[in-house]
This record gives sequence, structure tokens and C-alpha cells, in this order.
Amino acid sequence: MLAESLALSAVLFTIGVVGVLTRRNAIIIFMCVELMLNAVNLTFVAFSRYYGAAGQVFVVFVMTVAAAEAAVGLAIIISIFRHRQTVNLQNINLLKG
Amino acid sequence: MMLLQIAAGSHPLHGTVAEWVWLLPVLPLLGFLINGGISLISAAHVGPSDPDMGHGGEDPAHTDAHAISDAENRGAHGDDHHAVKPHRYAGIVSIIGPLVLGLSFILAWLIFSQMRSVAMTAPFIQRYFSWMPVGSLQIDAAIQLDQLSMLMVLVITGVGTLIHIFSVGYMREDPGYPRYFAYLNLFVFFMLVLVLGANYPVLFVGWEGVGLCSYLLIGFWFSEKANADAGKKAFIVNRIGDFGFLIAMFLLFSNIGVLDFAGVKAAAPGLAFGGALVTAICLFMFLGCAGKSAQIPLYIWLPDAMAGPTPVSALIHAATMVTAGVYLVARSSFLFSIAPVASLVVALIGGITALFAATIGLKQWDIKKVLAYSTVSQLGYMFVGVGVGAYTAGMFHLMTHAFFKALLFLGSGSVIYAMHAAYHHTGSHEDAQDMRNMGGLRKYMPITWGLMWAATLAIAGIPPLSGFFSKDSILGATFERAGHSTLADSRLFGIPGSALLYLVYIFGVAAAFLTAVYMTRMMIYTFHGPNRTGSAEESHLREAPWVMTGPLVVLGILSVVGGWFNLPEAIPIGRVGILDSWLDPVVGDATKRVAEVAAGEAHAAASSELVFILVAVAVAVAGIAFALVRLRPQKLVPAAQSPEEEGFERVLAHKYYVDEAYDAAIINPTYQISKKVLWRGIDAGLIDGLLVNGSSALMRGFGWMGSRLQSGAVGTYAWVLVVGVLAVLGAVTLR
Repeated sequence: MLAESLALSAVLFTIGVVGVLTRRNAIIIFMCVELMLNAVNLTFVAFSRYYGAAGQVFVVFVMTVAAAEAAVGLAIIISIFRHRQTVNLQNINLLKG
Repeated sequence: MMLLQIAAGSHPLHGTVAEWVWLLPVLPLLGFLINGGISLISAAHVGPSDPDMGHGGEDPAHTDAHAISDAENRGAHGDDHHAVKPHRYAGIVSIIGPLVLGLSFILAWLIFSQMRSVAMTAPFIQRYFSWMPVGSLQIDAAIQLDQLSMLMVLVITGVGTLIHIFSVGYMREDPGYPRYFAYLNLFVFFMLVLVLGANYPVLFVGWEGVGLCSYLLIGFWFSEKANADAGKKAFIVNRIGDFGFLIAMFLLFSNIGVLDFAGVKAAAPGLAFGGALVTAICLFMFLGCAGKSAQIPLYIWLPDAMAGPTPVSALIHAATMVTAGVYLVARSSFLFSIAPVASLVVALIGGITALFAATIGLKQWDIKKVLAYSTVSQLGYMFVGVGVGAYTAGMFHLMTHAFFKALLFLGSGSVIYAMHAAYHHTGSHEDAQDMRNMGGLRKYMPITWGLMWAATLAIAGIPPLSGFFSKDSILGATFERAGHSTLADSRLFGIPGSALLYLVYIFGVAAAFLTAVYMTRMMIYTFHGPNRTGSAEESHLREAPWVMTGPLVVLGILSVVGGWFNLPEAIPIGRVGILDSWLDPVVGDATKRVAEVAAGEAHAAASSELVFILVAVAVAVAGIAFALVRLRPQKLVPAAQSPEEEGFERVLAHKYYVDEAYDAAIINPTYQISKKVLWRGIDAGLIDGLLVNGSSALMRGFGWMGSRLQSGAVGTYAWVLVVGVLAVLGAVTLR
């Protein structure tokens, strides 16, 4: 049961990584980051069956932080959109050295 | 002035007028302070203004030499013919300048009389304060009064006073009149410090001080570039010599540990006779003398120094400063007498210089250049004298030369003064120092003519004038030493010293012949034959005022009788060898050591001396006769129409192209190396380019590479992050 869970988690995580690396749209990248977080959550849950409840406690932490992050992230994306009329990250490189 | 310590309490001069010896240099220093103050507070502009003001247009044939004489012209007569006005404070300056010198001379004479009345074997040393107490080295500001420094003091203050008086007339209309006297007084101060100093460092202070004043006075009319350049040349060439002098002092200090004359003299017998150390000290010291006293290879500055006012040439560049080298050798006789090879070099360089400069003097047209080369030549004689260990003979010639050469220079100044006045009346731009523009001046300036002939005969060596006795004593001593002396026994580059000294003697006799020729030539072209000044100018030629001819008369008398102070034994027409016995306490031991004569033994037979005298007189008469027969002043044309010389005469007229050779061999390479290697290569290329700008460029490059990583694209960062994580994971798992 653990192996399947970890395999699913790995697949989800990889999809998330690939999405972050290949997509341009900030919203989609954001969703892919959420996907990676949830893949990790799944791993925690799977391991908590064997190593106690600490894993499930961590999942709650992660979901809390992810919620806060989603609020801040979406706010930033919206303000970027208001400013630049786009959320395509290729066009946003103000921090260029 | 506070006397911290009075030495030599038992000295016979203690408690006499000699205690006031410090006043000798202080008086001219006071004159300098007063005249310098006047020069500073007076609002008058210093130096001449625009050279061609009031004459309209630039002279197309405006050569360098011409420019110098132009400057002289304005110096003596002001910028504008109608606006010639003495300086506002000329009156007080005219009194103070010569007065301080006169007082100094009177004091010197009083001390001299006192010295004659007591038996004085040891020098009278006065210590005033400790100047440089460094560990075991004690250098005091001290004055040493002995027979040698007294002789120099009398020459300096005596001839100096006369030249100061002459300057009152010569420079009166110059806008920089107070500045001129300030410099001249300062010069005398430093010169007296030089001859009165009791140790080498104090002497060196005077040595450098006179160099400074020489520089200031050569470039007195500094708004003319040629004059300023001549001053710089003198200064720089002298630095080369001073380097040698400094090395000599360092060697003395590191090996003996003392630098005062008495201490070195006491320690000198401990040095190895003819050893490498004492030879090196003497040779380095002689390098300093060669610079100051214009000997080969450092003589080149002296002819250029004629850019200064003529009285300056008389005082500094003929009578006093340039003889400082001779004085230094005589003062260091206790060293030179135990370094026969170094002495041989001194005599040889002196002999070569005497002959070399005399040949150049044959073809110069500028009256002051003739005298300048003559000075170089006569200084060569003096070095022959002190080189062969005849220190008294060298100092004797120094003294007589100061008389007749000062007279010749002041006489030429008087001629130039008249020429300028004449050319100034007509606004002509001709060269007032070129002998081709003179001729027949005897008619207009009979006093100057007579006095200059006296000086000419004196320098040529016609008895019983002064130059005859001094030159004869040098040549006689050279011949004698060639036969028997420590010099004759030594070898230089494998050549026996005896042969070299005979060669020096031949050079000396040849130079004596040439001296007679070029001096007679100068006199004939200047004062005899038809006048070439110009018909309009001729009527304005006249004798200089008495304030100028007066000193000439005094110098004329001295030029005639100056030689009688040291009559040779062969001509006992008066008291024999006054100067010999006067200087004996200072240089007697050294002289005897070189001549290998035991104390008390007579130095030469009078009969052989008579032969030398006859040779010398014959040579001088032959030279004068040769010039009188060969030279045709009637054929001479003014400078502007004269053709260039041909063949060897051209080489002589161009001074053997030595200046050009130095330019090509030393100055130009130095300049080019400085510019291309040191400046462009090392400074701009290596230090500025590679080290300073290079390191900053390197850092900027690193920064640029770093900034390229900061693309600002989030995707790139994510890629780098992932790759990094994978790399770490890979490294961990595959380990």
C-alpha cells in the first residue's frame, strides 16, 4: 500500500515540477506548486500509517501555510496583472541584473 | 649669536678681532635680507616685459644668442628708451649692496692683519651650535679660520666689493635692481660659508647655496627662455657633480666617522697610502669639483652661464664660485696627497681641459664666450696645480685669475654696456656681444682698452704681470713633479705617472700659447682695426661712468702686482714666496708628501726654474706675435654678413659639437627612455594600466558574469533550482 501511495505522490510531484518549469502562465505555475505541495502531503499521510501521527500534523501545517501562501500569491498575481495586463512570466523580469 | 662653546681657548687668535669672524658671512646675509625685502615690497615688475616692445615687428634672424644679448640689453637699459628710470628704491639698494661687502672686506682685512701678527700653526675653530648630533657623529655649525680660508675670504670680499660697485652702474636701470643685489649678497654669504665652514657638511651648504644663487642669477632675465634654460642647465649639471661630493662624504663618514676637517686630517694618515678607499673618496670629490669648477666632462654649463648679467659672470663664473672646486682640493690636500692616482687624474683632467677649452676659445665671436672658455681653461690650470700637489701654486693662480679675469669680464661688460647704449639709440637689433660688430673701440673707450690690455698680458703670462708668476709656478711644479714625486711613481691604466705629467706639462704649455692667441685675438677684434658697429651708432659709443671704470682701475692694479705676492726664487726682485710661507701651515705637509721632499729641503734649483720661466715667456710672446701677425681685423665684416666658418674652424666654432653629442648620447636617450619606457610603459602602462585599471577591470568582469545569472526570469531560476536539487540528490544517491 505504501509503495503505491509513494508512486502516486512521485507522479503528482513530477507533474507539478514539469508544470512549474514549462508553463508561462503565473496562475498555472501557481497551481502546479499547489500540486507539488499536495504530493508531499500525500507522502506524509502515507508514512504516518507506519511512523505515527506526526506526519498528519505536518500535513495540517502545510495546508495552513499553503492557504496563506495562496492568498498572498494570488494577491501578487492580481496586482501584477493590473499593472502589466498580463500574467505571462516571460514578460516579467524586472529583477534582471 | 650665542656661543655655546668656545674652542681653542689657548689659540693665539682667541680674544682678538678674529672672534668676530661670524660677522663676515652675516653682513652679506643682512644685505640679502634688506635688499630682498625691498624687492618684495616694491611693486615694480620683475624681469623684462615683451622683448620687441617699441621696436615694431620681430627680427627674422632672431637666434638664441641674439635673444640672450637682447635680454642683456634690456637688463642694462630698461625696456623702453624713453621710459628708462631707475628703480624706486635704487638709491638705498645701491648703498646697502656694496656697503655690506665693503664692511665685510674691512673686517676680513682686520682679521688678516691680526693673523699676520701672531704665529699661527693650528686653525682657529669657532663652534656656534650643534647642528646634527646623530649618534657618534657630531656636526657643528662651526667656522674654521686658517691661512687658506683667509686667502679665499680676502679674494671673495675684495673682488666681490669691486664687482658690487661696478654693478651699481651696470644694473642701475634694470627693473629688477633690488632683486639683483639681493641675489648677489646672498651669493657672497654662501660663498663665505663655503670657505669658512669647519667641516664638509657646512662647506656643502655653502656649495649648494652658491649653486642656487648661480642658477638664480644666470636666469636673472628669466622671461627669455634661453636664459632660464641656461640656468637650469647649470643647476642640473652641478647636481651630477654634487652626487659625487655626497658619495665622498658618505665614504668619509662610513670609514672614518668624522666629517670636520681637523678630524679627517688627523685620521688621514691612518688610511692606506694610495689605497682604493682614499682614491675613491678623492675621485668622487673631484667629480663634485669638476661640476662646480667646469672641468671635462661637466664644463658645458659654464659657457651657457654667460646668459646672466656680466658682473655676475665676473663674480660667480670667473672669480669665486667656479674656483670652489680648486679650494676643495686644496682644503682636502691631506686626502689627495695620499691618493697619487686620484691626484694624477685631477692633473690630467685639468691639463686636458686647459688645452681643450683654449682651442674652442680661438673661434668664438661672442666676447663673453671667449672669456668663458678662457675661464674653463684657466680653471684647468688650477687643477693641474692642485693635482700635482702644488697646492699653493693652484691657489696662487686662483687669486691672480680672480683679479685679471674679473677685470676682463667687467671690461667686456663695460664694452657691452657701450655697445648696447649705441644700438639702443638707433633701435638697432644687432648683437652687442659679437666681436664682429665691434672693432676700433680703443678710440671711444681708452680706459677700458688700456686696462683690458693689462689683463690680457697678465693672462697670457707676460712678466712681470700677475698671471705670469702663477702660471709659471704651476707649469714649473708640473715639470718638477714629473721627474720626482709620488705621482710620477704611480701608474694610471698602466701608464707611468711620470709620462702623464710630462704630457700635462706639454698641454699646459700649448694651452699657454693658445691663451695668448685667443686673448690677443679678442683684443684686436674688439679694440683695434676699423669700427664695424655701424655709422649711425658709432657716435654714441663712449666710456662707461666712473662707478664702473673705478673698480676696473683697482682690478687693473691688482692684475699687475698680484703676482708679486709669490715671487719665485729665480726672480728675487722682492720678498720671495710670500704666499708659499703663508699657506705652509695648511698645505705644506701635503705638498712635501707629494714632492717626496724631506722637511727643510729646498724644493728646486733656481737655475732650472729660470729655464721654465724663459720657456713660458717665449710661448706667451710667440702667441701674441702669432695673433698680431695672422689676424686681420680690417677684413672682418659685421656679424650679420659674416660667412660660416669652414673645415676645422667650424668644428671649433661649434665647440667640437660637445653639446650636440651630449644631446644625442645622454639627454635625448634619457628623455626618450623617460617618455617612452618610464612614462608610457611603466607608469601609464604597467602601474596605471595593468595594476590599477587592470584589477578594476577584472572585478568588473566578474561582476558582469554574475549579473548575467540574474536574468530576472523566474523560469530560469526554477530550472537552476531543479537542476541543483537533482544534482544534490544524484550525488547523494549515487555515492
